[in-house]
Amino acid sequence: MKHAWPIIKRELMGYFRSPVAYVFIFIFLVSTSGTSWYLGNFYTSNEASLELFFFFHPWLYLFLIPAVGMRLWAEERRTGTMEILLTLPISSVTAVMSKFLAAWLFMGLSLLLTFPMILTANYLGDPDSGVMVTGYIGSFLMAGAYLAITSFTSSLTKNQVISFILSFMVCLILVMLGWGVLTRTLVEIFPVWLADLITQFSFTTHFNGLRRGIIDLRDVVYFASIIVVMLYANVLVLDNSRAK
Amino acid sequence: MIEIRELSKIYGNIRAVDNISFRVEKGEVLGFLGPNGAGKSTTMKIVTCYIPPTSGTVEVGGKDIFTDPVGVREQIGYLPESAPSYPEMTVTEFLSFIAEVRGYTGAERTRRIDQITELTSLRDVQIQIIDTLSKGYRQRVCFAQALIHDPPVLILDEPTDGLDPNQKHEMREVIRRMSKEKTIILSTHILEEMEAVCGRAIIISRGRIVADGTPRQLAAMSKYHNAVTLKLRSAAKPALMKDLEKLKGVAEVAPLAGKKDAPTAFQIFAQKGKVILQEVTSFLEKKKISVEEVYLEHGRVDEVFREVTGG
Ligand SMILES: Nc1ncnc2c1ncn2[C@@H]1O[C@H](COP(=O)(O)OP(=O)(O)O)[C@@H](O)[C@H]1O
Ligand SMILES: [Mg+2]
Repeated sequence: MKHAWPIIKRELMGYFRSPVAYVFIFIFLVSTSGTSWYLGNFYTSNEASLELFFFFHPWLYLFLIPAVGMRLWAEERRTGTMEILLTLPISSVTAVMSKFLAAWLFMGLSLLLTFPMILTANYLGDPDSGVMVTGYIGSFLMAGAYLAITSFTSSLTKNQVISFILSFMVCLILVMLGWGVLTRTLVEIFPVWLADLITQFSFTTHFNGLRRGIIDLRDVVYFASIIVVMLYANVLVLDNSRAK
Repeated sequence: MIEIRELSKIYGNIRAVDNISFRVEKGEVLGFLGPNGAGKSTTMKIVTCYIPPTSGTVEVGGKDIFTDPVGVREQIGYLPESAPSYPEMTVTEFLSFIAEVRGYTGAERTRRIDQITELTSLRDVQIQIIDTLSKGYRQRVCFAQALIHDPPVLILDEPTDGLDPNQKHEMREVIRRMSKEKTIILSTHILEEMEAVCGRAIIISRGRIVADGTPRQLAAMSKYHNAVTLKLRSAAKPALMKDLEKLKGVAEVAPLAGKKDAPTAFQIFAQKGKVILQEVTSFLEKKKISVEEVYLEHGRVDEVFREVTGG
């Protein structure tokens, strides 16, 4: 794992070398705060919490995270640098983990830059900082799960657009499964236990507690398992696509 | 140093590599020759553990590509055919990245980058973004990347591709200088390049080895090997060609210039493994035929190449 740091560093540098990173951070900030201010009536609701701010994250991440992650492996494949990276004395696991971590750190940074929201909440009243921190951790964890899915889909193709669409679709399904409107329909169609099981696979279901400041180990395990499973699939795809 | 055993790689129904076995020792520069699609790159990708073979295996410095791929990669410097590198980085940043992943930090890293930058003549462009470099420079950047860890084994896939004649010459000089302490496999389809730098060459065609030997040995497989070219002062009498054909060891006489039955120049081919120069010159002396030029052929690799690859 000592080889991971140079790769993480290189990836991060790559983000900030291109204007895309700054454009992305700008869009990230505008869309996350914009939705809570206008759609969520953050200011007029007069509620001193970030619940509304986090409420829109599962939907925003649908677009934002595939946009960050689509190039992860697709670009390496297209330019041929994958042949350099994967013939260095590192395992595929190290390569996958490092690139993922760099992208996750970049997402984390974007998330940290939303700190004016915390200031605003403090201005409006006296928010529970534990709840806010939990919300941020939850959002960061969820971003990791989105990103792991994107990293996986990005390894399937050398076309970034296809990579974007694939991860968007997968994430959309995972968000929709827990969407209120859909869950009510599910209960009508299926037995309750099955409907419950299906909604258990959703991002939204597992994020709901965290964004309200409730740490449930099951939610953390859910996001962590998605990350592990998707990155493992990513490694398998890389190894197998080269074997064909 | 490198041992390739019964290596095969099948893509769908294409046998890209078909049961190849050979060894390369330390100090050898092996030229890997073959027409496009022969399986050169595929073999190299297997040796560098980029792709696994369908069957067979490779050992590099006693380490097996299946059981210790990281150990194999540590010993290899690899220049892929497309010479890829990260376009948004500067030359030094890129080399620094490779050095760090290979475990060099601080002063040691700086020293290595410095040395390789000098060796590959990248000094002038070291702070330039790779994307802005010409093809020749990008080729050298990727070559430099392969040398950072002073590897005992170099795998170079068409290292002079896209270089101008001066750069080609320079690249060959660098390879030649390094050849003593290293094991080098380089692929090429430029025959003069093989003759200039390789002590040994393997010609592959449709995934199979069709010839293996020193450039001299390969040339000796040619029908031109030991052929004698004659240029006469005056046209030969038709009988002369018949007489020459009857000499011991002569396979065939072919006119080169002048009339077909009375040529002023012709080529006398030797039978396989026979030396006919002596025979021919003493015959001409005996017949008092005055000769303007005599030339002994050593054989032509390009002709052998076409012969064995069926081109
Ligand atoms: N990824 C691949 N999928 C399918 N066929 C391939 C692949 N890579 C190479 N081939 C085929 O394998 C054969 C050998 O290719 P290659 O090793 O690149 O030849 P060379 O380097 O000697 O020009 C060619 O017929 C090529 O089309
Ligand atoms: Mg090739």
